[in-house]
Amino acid sequence: MIVAERKPMAEIIEMVRDCAKILVLSCRGCVTVCSAGGEREAAALASLIRLGLKKQGKDIQVIEGSLVRQCDKEYIDGIDQWNGQYDAIVSTACGVGVNFIANLRPEAVVYPALNTTFFGGSAEQGIWMEQCAGCGDCVLHLTGGLCPVARCAKSLMNGPCGGSVGGKCEINKETECIWQSIHDRLGGLGKKAQMETIAPIRDWSTAGHGGPRKTVRADLTI
Amino acid sequence: MSFEPKIILFSCHYTSQQSCAEQGTELQLLGFPKNITMIRVPCTGKIQVTSLLKAFEDGADGVFVVGCPVDGCHNVKGSVRAAKRVAAVKKALEELDVEAGRIEMFHLPRGLHPEFVAAGVTMDTKIRALGPSPFHR
Repeated sequence: MIVAERKPMAEIIEMVRDCAKILVLSCRGCVTVCSAGGEREAAALASLIRLGLKKQGKDIQVIEGSLVRQCDKEYIDGIDQWNGQYDAIVSTACGVGVNFIANLRPEAVVYPALNTTFFGGSAEQGIWMEQCAGCGDCVLHLTGGLCPVARCAKSLMNGPCGGSVGGKCEINKETECIWQSIHDRLGGLGKKAQMETIAPIRDWSTAGHGGPRKTVRADLTI
Repeated sequence: MSFEPKIILFSCHYTSQQSCAEQGTELQLLGFPKNITMIRVPCTGKIQVTSLLKAFEDGADGVFVVGCPVDGCHNVKGSVRAAKRVAAVKKALEELDVEAGRIEMFHLPRGLHPEFVAAGVTMDTKIRALGPSPFHR
């Protein structure tokens, strides 16, 4: 899922300080699962915005809305039910959702309530870990299913770098050295020899370095 | 100018059960501040962040939650969850540059103990010192 976290309240309050009425728009997709921008978090945010502006002596009308997702045109159309009821939308979706609203509703002012952080999963309740960098050229079949692009601090293709100690990364002692883990895992699977294959210099053009990427499934287009 | 703080107490059914005896008069006789409004919930673990924030929106100068002891919650982890939500609201208040001490968590044994009254007196004293809520000045 896409993982995100709420922006500092001071930043959000600054965005909406001149608004008389706003729509806090939650997303029932990834950000609900990672407890950053679902209906519950949006309700808390709406309350904090009201409180924050009250403290500044301003009254703001905050309405709350929710969409199944904010990354599909047909769901964005649902925004129209609140037409005329807001000066700005504060979206608790990931950056994709905010972009989609901006793309599809040129007349709407939209602000992000979240910082979109990474593609990850829930390691345990309340803790999410980055697992994938969306680099566009997956090497997981060579690395025992563990991603060196997202999970190695240096995104090395031929690790480990030699700086890890006790299986921990030299950049952050709380982070496992993923190359140590790849080595251990491949060993456990009887595929240790795979570690000796030298990965060639990588072509990063699939990783967004050439601008925004696009996927087309011709069989699905209309 | 005298200031009579409005304080909201969320307390679990178990911790507060004796406090409601005799229509709450016993609690008053023991010196529990009259300006504290108690909201009883089946378990403090059910209290959401939004409920705590709404209390401030509704005009509370201070809010506190009284739940079971950490290692003796009737619902195992309810009061621990409540404490984490209180901590989350403390952090949010700090983000809004408001005193985090306007909300507190207390873990107390069930029944009407002096500690229950003392928690109320502690909050009343603290909120009087902090003054009116900056959300409603």
